[in-house]
Amino acid sequence: MNTPTLTPSGPQGPEATFEDTIARDQRIEPRDWMPDGYRSTLIRQIAQHAHSEIIGMQPEGEWITRAPSLRRKAILFAKVQDEAGHGLYLYSAAETLGADRTDMTARLIDGRQKYSSIFNYPTHTFADVGVIGWFVDGAAICNQVPLCRTSYGPYGRAMVRVCKEESFHQRQGYELLLTMMRGTDEQREMVQDAVNRWWWPSLMMFGPPDADSPNSARSMAWKIKRHSNDELRQRFVDMTVPQAQKLGVTLPDPVLRWNEERGHHDFGAPDWDELKRVVSGDGPCNAERIARRRAAHEEGAWVREAASAHAAKQATRVREGAAA
Amino acid sequence: MSADTATPPAATAAVLALADDALILSHRLGEWAGHAPVLEEEVALANIALDLLGQARVLLSMAGDEDELAFLREERAFRNLQLVEQPNGDFAHTIARQLYFSLYQHELYTELAAGDGPFAPLAAKAVKETAYHRDHAEQWTLRLGDGTEESRRRMRAALDALWKYTGEMFRPVDGLDVDPAALEARWLAALGRVLEQAGLSLPEGPRTGAWAAGAGREGLHTEPFGRLLAEMQHLHRSHPGASW
Repeated sequence: MNTPTLTPSGPQGPEATFEDTIARDQRIEPRDWMPDGYRSTLIRQIAQHAHSEIIGMQPEGEWITRAPSLRRKAILFAKVQDEAGHGLYLYSAAETLGADRTDMTARLIDGRQKYSSIFNYPTHTFADVGVIGWFVDGAAICNQVPLCRTSYGPYGRAMVRVCKEESFHQRQGYELLLTMMRGTDEQREMVQDAVNRWWWPSLMMFGPPDADSPNSARSMAWKIKRHSNDELRQRFVDMTVPQAQKLGVTLPDPVLRWNEERGHHDFGAPDWDELKRVVSGDGPCNAERIARRRAAHEEGAWVREAASAHAAKQATRVREGAAA
Repeated sequence: MSADTATPPAATAAVLALADDALILSHRLGEWAGHAPVLEEEVALANIALDLLGQARVLLSMAGDEDELAFLREERAFRNLQLVEQPNGDFAHTIARQLYFSLYQHELYTELAAGDGPFAPLAAKAVKETAYHRDHAEQWTLRLGDGTEESRRRMRAALDALWKYTGEMFRPVDGLDVDPAALEARWLAALGRVLEQAGLSLPEGPRTGAWAAGAGREGLHTEPFGRLLAEMQHLHRSHPGASW
């Protein structure tokens, strides 16, 4: 809060100051007072966002060693590296709220904190890599661009950087698909097959319908979220349909069509029961994704212990050197 | 592809030796994606792999089409060191392999950058990258060697296990204008300093395998390499002539 003279204080108390900051579209910063619910909602959302980046490395990381050209291999390496960086960035943002990275990691591998439902779907062909870039990063951008203006400062600033890189990944994914569509019949079939498999899971990334989204109203009142799930889903569909036409693929929805009156596309409903199953741990790859994260963490324990032990020894040496 | 296994002309032999080292080590590091002990290492290992892949692409393009060379050669035509094709093992094995190789690559590129041969332009850029790679490997050697009992035991075991693959780095390569003996002396001195600081010592025993007749530079590889190539080349080979 850079303008203390405008900030009501004293008798009105910190709660009023908080409400006023939100009302004026100003940012809440780590040292500001905030309601417990605001803090815990943000920790949950940012941690899950960070976890999604980390788990999201897996479906695409699967293809680094099999990428069919060196250029695509380099692009995949860079993308997976960016995702790890986004995870670090978001964990830092969550830590400004008092959360602890070790604890968040434990919650992820115990299943106490979730990550995006989309990463529980498997990558079957190399076209999946392109479709993940196009759909999944595209959906992420729809979600995240408004988050650049979210009411919590560190989260919003993290999103600015994340969005720049995500847009780049999305263009690269789409470009891979364009290249494949100009290629052989087999390549074109691969692209259409991947589109068919990823379309509905991508629409589910925006969460349940507004009527069935318990946290939404409060998150919007606090300006953590700026748009509802259904609004963002609509935005994604409207953005993606012309891209599909340009690419020369069909989207697997028989009721999808332009609605002149609304100025938007009408589209069918995803299978919400499937979303519930996936979010509750019963999707195609949930067990594998968590098992792999857990294995990396547990097998790396001795390395982290070595780093801590070495740092402690170094600190002792510096102290003893200074004392001598 | 019998032509591939023939001894390449000197200039090509040197290009392929340098290119294949970078390509294959990059591939091994790619296997770490999603498995690293800390997130910072996900970033660091991918970063190093990406640098190496960049070097490989420049070098392969000097010898022909990068994808044809990477994806359509058979095992016997690859010229990389046996060291870089060794499986990742635990984190200590990966770090020991990085330490041995990045010290070598840094000394090699420093020398090539100072000359006026065909590799000087690439080496001028790569020497900065290899300085970073060397730093990363040295820092982890210190942490593991001077960390816990467990990490020290693992680091020592890894250094010992890979030691026999290090002699190959100092065999002369046709078309590579460096003095292998001088390179080896600098490498040993640099390695000795790091290991001493980490409370470790140079492994003992020969630096070429007990069976020393063959080596990667002649296209004679260890068994895990065939599986690496099968995975790396499968998709490209499944769609002959396709563009990606």
